[in-house]
Amino acid sequence: MINIFEVNETNKMIEQENLDVRTITLGINLLDCADSDLSVTNDKIYRKITTVARDLVKVGREIERDFGIPIVNKRISITPISLVGSACCKTPEDYVTIARTLDKAAHEVGVNFIGGYSAIVSKGMTRSDELLIRSIPQALAATELICSSVNVGSTKTGINMDAVRLMGEIIKETAEATKDKDSLGCAKLVVLCNAPDDNPFMAGAFHGVSEDDAIINVGVSGPGVVKHVLEQAHQESFEVLCETIKKTAFKITRVGQLVAQEASKRLGIPFGIIDLSLAPTPAIGDSVADILQEIGLERAGAPGTTAALAMLNDQVKKGGVMASSYVGGLSGAFIPVSEDQGMIDSVLAGALTIEKLEAMTCVCSVGLDMIAIPGDTKPTTISGIIADEAAIGMVNQKTTAVRVIPVIGKGVGETVEFGGLLGYAPIMPVNSFDCSEFVNRKGRIPAPIHSFKN
Amino acid sequence: MNKTIITVVGKDTVGIIAKVCTYLADNGVNILDISQTIVQEYFNMMMIVDMEKASKPFADIAEELEQLGETIGVKIKCQHEEIFTKMHRI
Repeated sequence: MINIFEVNETNKMIEQENLDVRTITLGINLLDCADSDLSVTNDKIYRKITTVARDLVKVGREIERDFGIPIVNKRISITPISLVGSACCKTPEDYVTIARTLDKAAHEVGVNFIGGYSAIVSKGMTRSDELLIRSIPQALAATELICSSVNVGSTKTGINMDAVRLMGEIIKETAEATKDKDSLGCAKLVVLCNAPDDNPFMAGAFHGVSEDDAIINVGVSGPGVVKHVLEQAHQESFEVLCETIKKTAFKITRVGQLVAQEASKRLGIPFGIIDLSLAPTPAIGDSVADILQEIGLERAGAPGTTAALAMLNDQVKKGGVMASSYVGGLSGAFIPVSEDQGMIDSVLAGALTIEKLEAMTCVCSVGLDMIAIPGDTKPTTISGIIADEAAIGMVNQKTTAVRVIPVIGKGVGETVEFGGLLGYAPIMPVNSFDCSEFVNRKGRIPAPIHSFKN
Repeated sequence: MNKTIITVVGKDTVGIIAKVCTYLADNGVNILDISQTIVQEYFNMMMIVDMEKASKPFADIAEELEQLGETIGVKIKCQHEEIFTKMHRI
């Protein structure tokens, strides 16, 4: 039988160390909503989402109450809208009507975000993909709860540089379209390489075409818990350090597995995957950067950061895999700048640069995430950053992403406040040398060779 | 069997266990196990109970226990057992 020490340990994790389930994300297939008539498509989408997700928030709250574990977000991911709208959308404005429908449905069922205003263009762009992408700035300016993502490359197809170039412009246009809110639209727009079909985390969540009609995916969290156990392991060897992280990751993930199974049972929707990610929040102590400090770095960004992060990420997976029956999504430590107080402090102290963050993304999930850059950054420079990050993903067979926010009207030295889980960020300097000739070339970067690995 | 863990944490005073147990008895909740310690003058109790024959739904009991805790000056929490067994048992 369970004893008082075990009960206290669990409750201490929840009450003092910010243990929570970051999200229950309900994936919904919308392919059956496609129609050649735009208003019929909109009606079907609204009806399907509000029917399938009707009880999601209620069930989430019941699970929180029954087990005493906070579930921070209840979210929906949907089939990439470029597919659903391809038969009826003839202009970017047509796609924006779908965005409004999605936003209305999300408000109706009470979720925090709905992800999947997306296009998968890793090799080529269809006409409808391009229309959707061109509608993103308007869509994000006109809605509140929508997250958008574009997959521009993969290990198997290479990198679609036409899409990379376009996304540099789209990110800039989105920043302009939402400049009265500190370019907040860009915080809900991510450019991916090797995007997974079952990711529960925003902004990159969508319900891939390889998925069931509806599915429950759960993202766990818990940087604060890992940080706390490492506080007791300062003089220990790597062996002890790794064992400690693994054991903690196991415990955290078991909670996620329990929540996923319960949600699946109570909603009558199959369980998909657990995403084993260490997802920080702006809360003090709930930080991946703080874990790196406990491992022995003065600041995140110091020499040794990439190695420490690689080790941390690997141990979290090793501990988590055994705790869960199905693992998927992004599964890695997130290093968003604005959402992690330790990262913000490191940037302010001058320890962490975009270039070091880029190196860190080689060994962990997911990419250059929630980084505020000067508002006058050129679109081609943003495309260059996207291309670099996509290349890391393509060559290393992992998911990478770019979510940068060119804050219109602000420059290096200023900060920007996004609020809530999105946090705040100091604006980071970007390498100002030009890459426009490279970015302006047409076509795609071929898929890399998968032999002769060096 | 519908096992639930009740934890009571707070400043030690006379009659905490009596009040909690009276409430549970009045509502048809059977106590299976109690452990209790005092850590740095703080009262710390864990009960394993069976709510199979409880006269009210789980949510009501959890809420009423929380309110009872407020009147005694302690924090009372009610959680299904699985969150602990999943985390601490393979």
